[in-house]
Amino acid sequence: MVCDVCKTNQATVHLTEIIDEEMTELHLCEECARKKSASMEQHFGLSDLLAGLADLGSQLGQEADTKIACLNCGLTYDDFKRIGRLGCSECYQAFRKSLTGLLKRIQGSGQHVGKSPKKMPVQTPSAPPKEKPKSELQELREELKIAVQEEAFEEAARLRDKIHELEKKSGKQA
Amino acid sequence: MKIDDLLEQPSEWLKGTGPQSEIVLSSRIRLARNLDHYPFSHWADKKQEEEVLEKVKKTFLTSPYLKGALFLKLGDLTSTDKQFLIERHLISREHAVNVDHKAVCMTPNEMISIMVNEEDHLRIQVLQSGFDLMEVWRVADTIDDSLSEHLTYAFSTNWGYLTCCPTNTGTGLRASVMLHLPALVMTKQINKVIQMITKLHLTARGFYGEGTQASGNLFQISNQVTLGHTEIEIIDNIERIIRQVIEYEQGARKTLMTQEKAELQDRIFRAYGTLKNAHIITSNETIDLISMVRLGVDMGLIKDLNRELLNELFIVTQPAHLQKLEGKTLSASQRDLKRATIIRGKLSKQ
Repeated sequence: MVCDVCKTNQATVHLTEIIDEEMTELHLCEECARKKSASMEQHFGLSDLLAGLADLGSQLGQEADTKIACLNCGLTYDDFKRIGRLGCSECYQAFRKSLTGLLKRIQGSGQHVGKSPKKMPVQTPSAPPKEKPKSELQELREELKIAVQEEAFEEAARLRDKIHELEKKSGKQA
Repeated sequence: MKIDDLLEQPSEWLKGTGPQSEIVLSSRIRLARNLDHYPFSHWADKKQEEEVLEKVKKTFLTSPYLKGALFLKLGDLTSTDKQFLIERHLISREHAVNVDHKAVCMTPNEMISIMVNEEDHLRIQVLQSGFDLMEVWRVADTIDDSLSEHLTYAFSTNWGYLTCCPTNTGTGLRASVMLHLPALVMTKQINKVIQMITKLHLTARGFYGEGTQASGNLFQISNQVTLGHTEIEIIDNIERIIRQVIEYEQGARKTLMTQEKAELQDRIFRAYGTLKNAHIITSNETIDLISMVRLGVDMGLIKDLNRELLNELFIVTQPAHLQKLEGKTLSASQRDLKRATIIRGKLSKQ
């Protein structure tokens, strides 16, 4: 049997594809099969799934992050949505509003608690100045906003109770 | 040391030694690290990639943990050599394409391998036979610390290690264990186990990693979440779950032995017979048959064979290994012939 694609080499790979319930059979030689599998991988990449989630990130970020480009590497949030990968470490700072929601969604958390490197990176002048660390209360309020937008009402209720509790405590201290 | 020297030794992930090696083939830790400020490999221009490569290489040369290590530029390798490294789990499949400015550094015993300019600037991998993720983590942690004394990693106090893909942000840690689970497959419980694993935020995949099919009843189980937990918590969590999976597999093996012994023996010895006698055999068939024979050895049903030989057969019958042994490129059908000859030869000496 000869290869269906190049019509010259001996077919050694037999592929069954089902598209819209229609089954097609392909008989390929090694080389054409390799090309075919590379194109299949491109179609079903993790980047597609991430890109879908990244859209959600920009909705949560609410600001027009999509057109902002990272000052260090030039990648835009639109680029990120398209390829599912960031351009450099400073993209995290450039798109932090959108990424906060996205990371929460895929990782279930937004705070690193693991190890740190021996040598810490220095803030580069091009990067915006570091934000003042937020209080727990501020963070909880932001989380609540996100939860309400996402209609995650159980989570929202939990956060609301926690905020009330903290407000009471800080009220007492004041 | 040269790449061909590796042919003389068993691949670390198939050594068959270490704790619980009758079910757990290997334990692996992978850390994703990037240099601060430099664009990630896919977004960098040639010059930037080259700079990263040079910086990292200089650090490797001074590291006491990488003494005598082999440093290979992927662009200098033949396609067989690249496939050879994939088969030995020393590089990922992704690392073997678009090879400009990509490199790998590995220790002679193949325990440590560091990919340069893969998706992240550095992918530090420590791999060991058997089930001991904590020990493997300790090695990875030490190397990581020593490299970070010289290289400035991309890191934020909020989000930890900053990686190219947000699925790795935080610890950048992927802890995985390769399991041989034939009895769970034969008793049709494997889907239940995988569902349970997925619910606990772990993933299960085939034995060449992401996107590959599970052949030979081999499953790679790893953590999915990298942010919000310490490395120790992540590893402890996966170890506990794996221990449970090992118990399920042991239970399923006992059930097969008591309730379906004849069928089990039939399958195992048919597989053994095919391996001993086949004249044409594909690598997929080989992997599946070796899995059954391995089960037979592990359960004491096959007594004239040891696991080391099976592991050797597993690795030397992979396509690139066959071609390196033969010293030339072979077509798929030539490989199927050669593979069967090697297997018959090795098994007839038993």
